[in-house]
Amino acid sequence: MSVSAQSADSSLSEDGNNVDQLKAEQTSKRSALDFVKQQPLGTMGLLIIVILFLAAVFAPHVAPVDPETVDFMSSPAMGGGAPSAAHLLGADAFGRDILSRLIYGSRTALSIGFFSAFIGCSIGAIIGIISAFAGGRVDILVQRGIDLMLSFPIIILAILVIAIVPKNVIFGIDINVIIAISIPFIPKVARVIRSAALSIVTLAYIDAARAAGYSGKRVVFRHILPNVTAPYLILITAYIGQAILLEASLSFLGLGVVEPTPSWGLMLSGVNSDYYITAPWMIIFPGLAVTLAVFAFNLLGDSLRDWLDPKLKL
Amino acid sequence: MNKDKSSNPEVLLDVEDLEVEFSTGAGIVRAVDKTSFKVHKGEFLSIVGESGCGKSVTALSIMRLLPKKTATVKAKKILFDGLDLSTLPEAEMRTLRGRHMSMIFQEPMTSLNPVLTIGDQLTEPLITHLNMSQKEADIRAIELLSMVGIPDPERRITQYPHQFSGGMRQRAMIAIGLACEPKLIIADEPTTALDVTIQAQILELLKDISERLGIAVILITHNLGVVAAYADKVNVMYAARIIERGTSSNIFATPSHPYTVGLMRSVPRLDKPRVGRLATIEGMPPNLLAPPVGCRFRERCPIAEPRSEETPPTIAASNPAHTVSCWKSDEVNANAATLYGAETATETEKAAHGDKVLLKVEGLKQYFKISLREGLKSHEVDIRAVDDMSFNVREGETVGLVGESGCGKTSAGRAILHLNTPTGGQIEFDGNLLNGGNIAAVRRDMQVIFQDPFSSLNPRMKVGQILEEPLKVHKLREGKEARLDRVAELLTQVGLYPYFADRYPHELSGGQRQRVGIARALALEPRMIICDEPVSALDVSVQAQIINLLEDLQNDLGLAYVFIAHDLAVVRHISHRVIVMYLGKVMEVGEGDSLYENPQHPYTRALLDAAPVPDPEIEQNRQRTILEGDIPSPLNPPAGCVFSTRCPIATNECSNLIPPLDEFAPGHTVACIQIEAN
Amino acid sequence: MLRYTAKRLLLVIPTLTAVAMLVFFLVRVVPGDPVEVKLMGEFGDVTPEQVLKERTRLGLEDPLPIQFMNFMVGLPQGDLGISLVTERSVMEEIGGRIWISIELAFFATILSVIIAFPLGTLAALYRGTWFDYLIRMITIGGLAVPSFWFGMLLIMLLLAVVGKLPSLDTAGLFEDPLENLYTLLWPAISVGYRYSAVIARMLRSSILEVLAEDYIRTARAKGLYERVVIVKHGMRNALLPTVTVVGLEFAFLIGGLVVTEQVFNINGIGKMFVEAVQFNDLTMLQGLVLLVATSFVLINLAVDILYATLDPRIRYQT
Repeated sequence: MSVSAQSADSSLSEDGNNVDQLKAEQTSKRSALDFVKQQPLGTMGLLIIVILFLAAVFAPHVAPVDPETVDFMSSPAMGGGAPSAAHLLGADAFGRDILSRLIYGSRTALSIGFFSAFIGCSIGAIIGIISAFAGGRVDILVQRGIDLMLSFPIIILAILVIAIVPKNVIFGIDINVIIAISIPFIPKVARVIRSAALSIVTLAYIDAARAAGYSGKRVVFRHILPNVTAPYLILITAYIGQAILLEASLSFLGLGVVEPTPSWGLMLSGVNSDYYITAPWMIIFPGLAVTLAVFAFNLLGDSLRDWLDPKLKL
Repeated sequence: MNKDKSSNPEVLLDVEDLEVEFSTGAGIVRAVDKTSFKVHKGEFLSIVGESGCGKSVTALSIMRLLPKKTATVKAKKILFDGLDLSTLPEAEMRTLRGRHMSMIFQEPMTSLNPVLTIGDQLTEPLITHLNMSQKEADIRAIELLSMVGIPDPERRITQYPHQFSGGMRQRAMIAIGLACEPKLIIADEPTTALDVTIQAQILELLKDISERLGIAVILITHNLGVVAAYADKVNVMYAARIIERGTSSNIFATPSHPYTVGLMRSVPRLDKPRVGRLATIEGMPPNLLAPPVGCRFRERCPIAEPRSEETPPTIAASNPAHTVSCWKSDEVNANAATLYGAETATETEKAAHGDKVLLKVEGLKQYFKISLREGLKSHEVDIRAVDDMSFNVREGETVGLVGESGCGKTSAGRAILHLNTPTGGQIEFDGNLLNGGNIAAVRRDMQVIFQDPFSSLNPRMKVGQILEEPLKVHKLREGKEARLDRVAELLTQVGLYPYFADRYPHELSGGQRQRVGIARALALEPRMIICDEPVSALDVSVQAQIINLLEDLQNDLGLAYVFIAHDLAVVRHISHRVIVMYLGKVMEVGEGDSLYENPQHPYTRALLDAAPVPDPEIEQNRQRTILEGDIPSPLNPPAGCVFSTRCPIATNECSNLIPPLDEFAPGHTVACIQIEAN
Repeated sequence: MLRYTAKRLLLVIPTLTAVAMLVFFLVRVVPGDPVEVKLMGEFGDVTPEQVLKERTRLGLEDPLPIQFMNFMVGLPQGDLGISLVTERSVMEEIGGRIWISIELAFFATILSVIIAFPLGTLAALYRGTWFDYLIRMITIGGLAVPSFWFGMLLIMLLLAVVGKLPSLDTAGLFEDPLENLYTLLWPAISVGYRYSAVIARMLRSSILEVLAEDYIRTARAKGLYERVVIVKHGMRNALLPTVTVVGLEFAFLIGGLVVTEQVFNINGIGKMFVEAVQFNDLTMLQGLVLLVATSFVLINLAVDILYATLDPRIRYQT
């Protein structure tokens, strides 16, 4: 196959990398190992996510102490609580070990993050595809609906839903928080997937499928959907990060998960202003945890985009 | 007319040993490999070759427009009017660009800045290089627009690129290139993206400017006809090297490189009798990441010898000014006619077709509704993509639909396939009237091949899966094994190895993908295939392969084709009957060669005039009428005969009634009242 | 141009109406009875009859269509109803606290844009250098760092360096501009970090994309000064998608106010919003959400019109 070297700088991905080059690399090597080689940042993100995941799953074994153990002796009120051998990252106002709480908090973050993103993105994707494929009145109606929902900032929409949906905790997971976070994602994802699906619907191989007499169902499931998975995966990854951020904000405001569910955002809420100076570790580490988690998902999402679909506009 | 340029020996551009390398993720690609050539003042040089051969890179490297980070340009010298461009500091190079040498690019749609006015973009070089004031520059800009044939220039300079048509944009680009009266204009495939009649306008303009103002032109193209019509000198490039060089008459009269011969023989010709099969150059151009040692053409060359593992020297061919890089150029010279198989000297009739009418199209109408804004209100208008078209296709027959953009040929194809529901008219297939209800039943019999090999295959499915799917859906083979056997059979039938079934589309070349597309159409065992520009997106040497394949399949399987294209020569070669369309209406229909030997409709004549043939003798002496103006917008088609606004023989009557398709001679119908009157 | 503006303006009306309807119905789906809660808070135990009486007094027992009509009629007049908690006009309550939020939002926007534009542009022009990587790291941080935590860190910094926090009785902008700006600077940075990160990223990728376009090559082929190529030909086009993003992300900024005002204890409408949810003050909630949505729709309108002035393809549609 001859390599056309003429337009070496013809089109660029988000990172300013040459798309033609990226595509050439894409087509020549596609295994997981090559992802590691070509996307170092994304791999790093993936690594962090895996570590977080393992910490969450094996929390009881990894956490040094029980996160609920109250120990007033170590609390800052008593003058203690600074990071030490007993409390590697310090202790909070009640003398509870921060590291353990962080580890258990990762369960909440990851589970709520994943489920909200998954539900929100999936529903959004389905709506987007149906809208694109149905066209006409349906499409216009859905578009208006999306525009309407997009008139609200995400957090405000989420808070509204929190206010409406009654609290419901199943298996230790706060369903109402998940619903509240997934709803604002739906219109955003629907919009991106719809435009991705639209651009596919006009391609020749869809015409070929129709001309060959394939049923509408087959065309959607066999031809359109698989080509929409790339944007879908990229979106889910990015939105898991957003979901973690949103959960932290909601819990911080007292509107998300509540005690005793461990949550990084919750650890930051209601911090007495004295503690800013006397116990900064109470503030630094939980926030760092959120930042790290979101950072990792963003890195992975960006890398996935370079790897799968550089021209995707999120 | 070509003057004898050797009477003006002053050398303007002297390139010696130019080398350009790109560092890509996959390795170093040498896009131009030690090429040398000269351009004289006022001369018209054409660099011809297929994609990837290095012609554009050569031009960009002379202008030093290649990205510095990835491209390395080396040369012994690049002398331009005495200055060595290869060592010139960038600041000085900048003063040359746009002033003494300018460049026009292929895509008029994207080569102009969409947010700046045409006037602004036109006056920039004037202000930058010639120090004109805005006022002076504006005056000159209006002058320039008139020079390139844009009407109403005072108004036009305040407009934006999106308000210009493709042809006009390219004229504006030429105006920009001309602005500071350069000594050299480089035009990189300036007409490839334009319609045939517009192409002719632009090229004539370029040639005219070159002759009148004494500007040298380097025209990069892949179209041999264009080369023959306009170029004084030719460089033929292959795989980063110039493999033959000389005057246009030399190259065409005595081609001395197997590749040059192959190119000329594999293109369907309008000026020669139809050949039975096109000559094809087997294989594909080499991968420039790892080019073959020695002669780069040897893997595809019909007369290659072990000697070609050494790079052949550049020697003189028919005369000292005609050089070629081939060990066996003498043999090539002597046997040009038979190098790629014997050329049938006599006229070859196309294989006969059946008499039974397979497809009957009557009064086909395809209108699309769009909303137009007028003030705050909007109303709907119909775009008449196809407006009352009737024709038949018989078993085993190829009917060619030819025309420029907006003529409706593609819409007609889609309407027949019911990919869009026709607005009116009747379509009968094998005696059954087609409507939304029974279309499913005939889907198997009527298949389609598309133009773009890159979007016509699902990138997430393997080739084998793409071919197996129709077998599954229509239950054509029972059991996985039977289906896989059939897939292998299909692949072989289209000239691919069975192991291609395991590949993904992106691993195949354009030509290979097109073959898969054909295989997919064949899988359903159709009786007719609609071919929508199946070779337009392919390189010349690959086109011939696909055309031959389609013809072979027709002979073997008795397939009927509706062949949609804009290339007159290709359509003539492959069709039993040709229909010429313009703005949704049929202009002329001709059986066999009647359309080409005796074109009646003024539009058909204009089309044929606009298509140059690869023969400088013919082209030099040709009187051609170039159509003026742009193709009217389908939103606002002219009243009466849709061609009347551009027709050289139109009268008032022509705008008042729609001419009926009348028989001019047996098998030859024309829709023109002027012809009747004759 | 005028045509385009008029058309867009007309479209706004149905959008806002739909938003109002949505908000009205959403808010009425809230479980729990705020009136009951409030009365119980005041008097301890209450009987259902007392609750009913209070609800009727507040107009909550009227049939829904009546309530809706009152609502819709009151809207254009600026009447957003009565707060269920304070029993004062919602408009009055909002009016008292909105100005500080508006100032904060503007301040944050101006800061973000001033910082993002040069950073994003330079990152694009010096792509691949350490500077570019630094900017990219910082902007990725902007997307990952929770704005409330960032605010808390800023407070820690202030306490450590200055020893005290800026005055909570924030002086008005016109009474004591320096004091006022100093107080608002920190929440503005806190809520603006993400905003500027998004803008900088968009600008960077926009510029890179534009610089790879064909017309840039044409501009160079004309022998224009590189400066002219980048600024006149490149930036003009790169601005277009960036302007759109500035508008879209403004929504995030408004949302960010909710947490930021909490962290910095600013008495704006962000804090008001949280309080309304906590106390189930339906009418207040309704009014606030409507306000936010309306301002967002109007800002998008402004952005669209700005975009049209920049892009002749929209202005002169053939």
